[in-house]
Formats: sequence, C-alpha cells, structure tokens
Amino acid sequence: MSEQFKLTINGKSHTVSADADTPLLYVLRNDVGLVSPKYGCGQEQCGACNVLIDGEKAFSCSVSVKDAAGKQVTTLEGLGTPEQPHPIQAAFIAEQAAQCGYCTSGLIIATKALLDKNPNPDMDAIRVGLQDNLCRCGAHSRVFRAVRRAARELAG
Amino acid sequence: MATEAKRLPGSLRNNPALDLWIGIETDGTVTVRSGKIEIGQGLKTAAMQVAAEELDVNLSRVRIKTADTGETADENVTSGSRSMEVSATALRFAAAECRGIMLKMAAEKLGVPVESLSVEDGAIRSSESNQQVTYWDLMGGRKFGRDATAAFPPKPPQAHRVVGTRVPRVDLPAKVFGAPAFIEDLRLPGMLHGRIVRPRHQGAALKSVDTAAAEKIPGVVKVLRDGDFLGVVAETEIAAIRARDALATNARWSAGEPLPDEDHLFEWMMSQDTVEYGCVDGVHTDEPPPDTEPPADAKATLEQIYAKPFILHGTMGPSCAVAEWKGGKLIVHTQSQGVFPLRRALKNVFRMEEDDIRCIHMEGAGVYGHSGADDVALDAALLSRAVDGRPVRIQWMRDDEHCWEPFGTAMVTKVRASLGPDNRVADWRFDVWSNHHGNRPKPKSTESGLLAARMIENGLPPQSLGPAKDAEAGEHRNAWPGYDFPQINVAKHFIKAHPFRCSSLRGLGAFANVFAIEQMMDELAHAAGEDPVTFRLAHMSDPRARFALEAARDAIGWGKADKVPGRGHGIAYARYKNTAAYCAVAVDVEVNEETGAITVLRAACAGDAGEAIAPDGIANQLEGGVIQSVSWTLKERVRFTPGEITSVDWESYPILTFREAPEVETVVLNRPGEKFLGVGEASQGPTAAAIANAVFAAIGVRLRELPFTPERVRKMIQEARRG
Repeated sequence: MSEQFKLTINGKSHTVSADADTPLLYVLRNDVGLVSPKYGCGQEQCGACNVLIDGEKAFSCSVSVKDAAGKQVTTLEGLGTPEQPHPIQAAFIAEQAAQCGYCTSGLIIATKALLDKNPNPDMDAIRVGLQDNLCRCGAHSRVFRAVRRAARELAG
Repeated sequence: MATEAKRLPGSLRNNPALDLWIGIETDGTVTVRSGKIEIGQGLKTAAMQVAAEELDVNLSRVRIKTADTGETADENVTSGSRSMEVSATALRFAAAECRGIMLKMAAEKLGVPVESLSVEDGAIRSSESNQQVTYWDLMGGRKFGRDATAAFPPKPPQAHRVVGTRVPRVDLPAKVFGAPAFIEDLRLPGMLHGRIVRPRHQGAALKSVDTAAAEKIPGVVKVLRDGDFLGVVAETEIAAIRARDALATNARWSAGEPLPDEDHLFEWMMSQDTVEYGCVDGVHTDEPPPDTEPPADAKATLEQIYAKPFILHGTMGPSCAVAEWKGGKLIVHTQSQGVFPLRRALKNVFRMEEDDIRCIHMEGAGVYGHSGADDVALDAALLSRAVDGRPVRIQWMRDDEHCWEPFGTAMVTKVRASLGPDNRVADWRFDVWSNHHGNRPKPKSTESGLLAARMIENGLPPQSLGPAKDAEAGEHRNAWPGYDFPQINVAKHFIKAHPFRCSSLRGLGAFANVFAIEQMMDELAHAAGEDPVTFRLAHMSDPRARFALEAARDAIGWGKADKVPGRGHGIAYARYKNTAAYCAVAVDVEVNEETGAITVLRAACAGDAGEAIAPDGIANQLEGGVIQSVSWTLKERVRFTPGEITSVDWESYPILTFREAPEVETVVLNRPGEKFLGVGEASQGPTAAAIANAVFAAIGVRLRELPFTPERVRKMIQEARRG
C-alpha cells in the first residue's frame, strides 16, 4: 500500500509515495535522486548507506521512510559542493583518502557525526567513530589522516 | 609488416590505430582512450598524466574514456597489475607520435623547420617566426587515420613536468560530493529493477518454486524461471527485493555434493587427486621435479606447511549491471574488468553476432579481481530479454555476492629448506597445492565462464578448469623464490576436485606463496642465528631488491622495537611475479597472549615500481594492499558446512574495521627512466609474512595457518607453552 510521506532532505521538502516500510535508502536513491548513499549490505554492517537523521548517523538501509518522515535528513549532497566544499570533503580530497570511493559517502557522513560531537577527537575516538563503516580497498590510513585534517580545519 | 607490428610497445601491438588512443577535439580538449578501467587504482589519472606529458598540453584539457567495445582499444582484462606496463606505455608512444605528426603538419603550415618548433599547452610556436598554430586548429576535428609506428621517442625522464608529480585523482570529486559516479547510480529511461534468487550451495539445482506470492507483490512485472535460473523484474527496486525474498522462501533446491570439512580443509586438499607439474627457473614445466634429499652436509633442514583458506574478494558494493535489448541488439552497462571478453562470452550464450553486443564499462565498487561483475551482466541481459528488452538494472544482494562471487582459492604449501655449513640456503624444495585461480570468461563457444549460462535451459556448461601454465600465473605466481639459492625445486599439485567456483583474486598464488617463502626465510634466519634482514640480504644480489628491503627496515625502525613483552617487529619482501614491482613490508605488532588478539600497530611499506607516473597512486596501492592483507591475514576465511556456505554477510565473514586498521607509512622508490612495473598487488604477500614473523618476534610462536584469529592464536600459544 503506497502512502505519501513528507521528507526534509538537505533542507528541502520532498513528498514521496512509497510503502511505509520501504527503507529510506531506496527512496533517496530512486525517488529523490540522491545517489550518494550506497547499498552495501542492507543489515547495518557496512555503513555505505549512512545519512544523518536529525544530526545523528543512521543506516538508511534500515530506517523506513515512515520513520524518517518529519525529520531532517542530510546526505553527502547536502554537505558541500565542489565550489564550496565542506571542510570534511575538502580534507578527503586533500588526503586523496579513497580508492574505489564506494564507502566514501558513508565515511564522510560518519566523520561529520563524529566531529559534530567531538571536534577534537584523539585516534581512539576516531577509530570508534568510524567503527561501523567498512572499507575494502584499505584506505583506512588515509581516512585517518583526512579526519585529523578536517578536525584541524574546522577548529580554524 | 607483421614483424614490424610485433615490435610496437605495450597495447599498441594489438591496437596500433592512433585514433584508438588519442583524439584532438574541436573544443580545445584532448580525448585520451584506454581499454583498461578505473577500479580505484587511479588508472584514469595516470593515463591522463602520461598523455598530457607527451602532448605538452595542460592536464585540465584532457578528458578520458575507458573500456567500451564501441570505442576503445581491446585491452582484454584490467588485471595482473599490468595497466601501466601495457596501456600507459601504449599511450605514451601514441601521444608522442601524435605530437610528432602535428609538429610536421605545423612545420609545413608555417613554413619553418620542425626543429624550430616547441609546444606549450597545445600551442605550437617556432623560434623562426612569430606565427603559432594550435593542435585544435591543425586537426580541425579530423582523426589521425593511421597506425602507430613508435618512430617518435617519448620524452626523456628529466624533461617530465606532469609525470611523476602528485596529481589529485580525477575520479574522486564525484565520489566525495555525491554525483553519480558508479554503475549503481545509472538510471535509464523506463528502467526496471531485477533481482536473482540463488541457493547457498553452488551445486544445488532448482527442484520447484511457487511463484504466486512473488507475483502478487505490487510492481512485480515478471518472474522468470529458466532451468535453475530464477529471477524477478519489478517497477521498483524495493518490489524486486521483496519478490526475491518471497521467491527464496518458496524455492526448493536439491542438495549439492557435500562440501569438505572446513576444519580439516588443508588435509583434504593434500589428499586429493592432483595433476602434477613443475617449474624450472621460474618457467612452468609439464614434468614434476625429481624428489631430492637434503644435502648431506646440511647444517639444518627445516620443513613446514603453510596454508591459506578460501577467501572472498568481498566487494563493498555487490555486483551490478544494467542491460537492454534494442532491435535484436544487446547493450550492457557493466563494471566488468574486461568488456571485450565479456562481449565474447555473451555472444556465446545468446548465440548472436559479436557486433550486435556493446559492453560499456562504468565504475563499480572495488573488486580486486574477478567478482560477480561478469555474471550479473548476463543476469541482467536474461531478465531484460524477458521483459521485451526494457532496461533492467540488477544489483546482487549481499548474500548473493558472498555465496556466488568466485572465491580466491585455498592453498597449501610445503617448504623444505636446508642451510649449508656457511649458514646459507643450500637447497630449497617448494610444493604447492591449489584449486584454480584464473577463471574469467574465456572465448571458447562450447562452454561458459558466466554463472547463469550453466543454469538456464539450453545454456552452456561451466568452462573447464586446469592448472595455470603461463609464467607467474595462478598458483605458480611467486612460487619460485626470488633469492639466490643454489638449488631450487618447485612442484605444483593442481587439485582436480573443486568444491567452489574460484577465480582471480588480487595477487593470485603470490599471497600464499610469499607468505610461505618469507616465513621460511625468517625461520631459517633464526636457525642460522642471524638477523632476518641480514640473512635475506645475504641471498639477494639485485640492488633494487636490497634497496626496497632496507627502506622498509629503516622506515619501521628495525631493531628499535620496544622491549615490551608481546611486542615485535617482522619484515618480509617479494618482487611481485618475480618481474614486477619490488616490495618490502615491515610491521610492528602487539599480541595479547590471554585473548590471542593480534594488533598491527604500524606498518611500513617500501615499493619500487620503476618509473612512477603517479607517486601517490602507487603509495595508495601499496598502502591499500597492506591493510587488505592485514584483514586477510588476521580475519578472513570462507565458512561452510557440508550442505551450504555459511559466510553470507559481514558478520559471518568479518573483515578488518577502522578500529583495527594500522597506520601505514609508504616509501615510493621512484626510478625515472626505468620500465613501469605493476604494483597493485605487490604488498599483499609480504604483509602476511611480516605479521607472522612479527608475532614470532613478539611471543616466540609460529603461525603458519591463516587466518590468525584470536581463538587459533590462543590455541597455538597454549600448545607452544605446553611444549
């Protein structure tokens, strides 16, 4: 049974028609056209689908469209643009902190969630902040450098 | 002519037409084409650097197109760390020749000698006149229309301005800002979504399926059963996924052949029927080597078994493809690493003309070898055909990928080595047992490397499997030690029974072989009472090999390990394929003797890939290889019961997390003017051995069976302590 849902995504209001239990991931990718969240596992095991919901990191593969309705959803597209990058995005580029880049969106979102709560994380805090995200190419060491750089930039 | 063509460098040999490589467009840009693909290794950026360098144009003017059967050179598969060697080499010569041709044209047009000309950002100027002309004006949108001759030498390394510099990857911005960058993001008009239902045993057949529940789901367009092939197409992705679940619930599969006992896998492998082969001076021989005895004057003879289980490529993004049929022609958007071989394989399945199929590459998540990328292309083509050719996008689900990607084969190695009276290796005997490695789709028309081909009615049987006979292929890769030993015998035992479909996984046999060789070298060093670095150096005459080993040694601070119980340094070295990049890895590990947990605190990796086009790309490959190998080494093993594969997700097949990953320091040893050497798979084998060697340094226990999970390490510690 399709229903109408009002979503606020990256500050913009969207009305979508979907079954209530449709995971937000598919609504974002296929109905709203925001493709940064990726399908990786569908079971909250890899973080490729990470978005922010009311500022908290969430697995869009497991949050239903019904539960996301009425809340503030932020995807990678909502952080910055090539012309005006968010400092975390700028740091990932400066450190070339990716190989294939499939997990990058989730990692940048996880970094945003981490730095919003803890602007000056030590290595342990960075490791814990990213522990729900998997990367298969082995870009971890570069991602650590990018997170530290972003923290420095954000601190001014 | 034929002999002339043979001498062309790199991929120009089979694809000499200059227009396959370089296009001078009317809008002031240059199009570079490569038949190789971007898989996160930075190929696009490196290829663009090479072309910009030779053409003397700014990098910002360069665009790149990669693997498309309708447009680019047929460079077969992007694999084996050979893209720089074959594709960048071709581009380098093609670009130099295009520049030379345009200089001649300019000389005629301006009425000046060619020698008086110079180029800056595509503008050709003469020292003898004030006139100038640009590439774009000269060519006016025309093609070169001729084959390469390689008569125009590329620039000497000291003239390089772009090659060898750190250039930001061109593919990253889209991935960092959320623009469509992957095949997963492709949306075609009228596109439908498909999913496939497969059992958890690779030999199971579909006995029956009740499709009613799936067909009732709103949005479902078609349920297709064709033999053992079961799939569904729906208007929305979520409807396809729900229908897949419904079909899976209602499908009955036969039991396949019982799988081996996973806890006695290596004994099983060594007891199987095998085809016996050998290797002389690194080259395959059909004759197995003779059985020899250790030398009579041997000071010590060590014999050990080292083993590696089946492991997964484990891509983050399950395989994806979009296919459509238009007027009897098939178009496939694919993440395949070989669009031309895929086209040939599809031609065989559909029994149609190759020219009626176009395979266009799009980037996917990293796969590190042969994943389900080719298989899902056939899946999508079959489902699209079932819905009148409408575009169908399939992305495999997580368990599809875990159970059905071709695994990296398990391997067992037995090494017997003797030290002579001088404490140097006097005799080396190496035995390797393995299933198949290379199993990518081959051109033979009576069988198929594509998964669904064996499942559909009137399909094709699986392609036959045999041992790799090419130099440094399959289980052979790095089986031959890269040291100066006076006597070497290598025997290869190709296991006939294969419980799983396997195929190329990063490094092929090199991972298990180097793990064994480099651990044995460490064991020999200890038997000789020598430092492991000194011992290795005593068997190395190649200065570049020595330099790499010494660079890793220095980077980790060898010999300065904290004298803390449970901490230790380990080192290992290999030249990938014995012909490609030199690589040494040193690690600093900590072992918790109570829990058995190993932490790699830090890793240092030194690599010599010849001339470095993109030094940061090389560093990234080395670094990524180290971390991926830490994951393989500490955590990974495909799990199964006699009846089914039980590694179906990241919980049942855990990989390294950000909590566990080491920081890696990389030293890129640039050799301007030297040949490009493949580096993408170089650091994996040394990393595994370095960890094992560091664990021995830390706690005096040898780990010879992968993976080094806490349970296994605890058990080994207890056994060692009991003596």
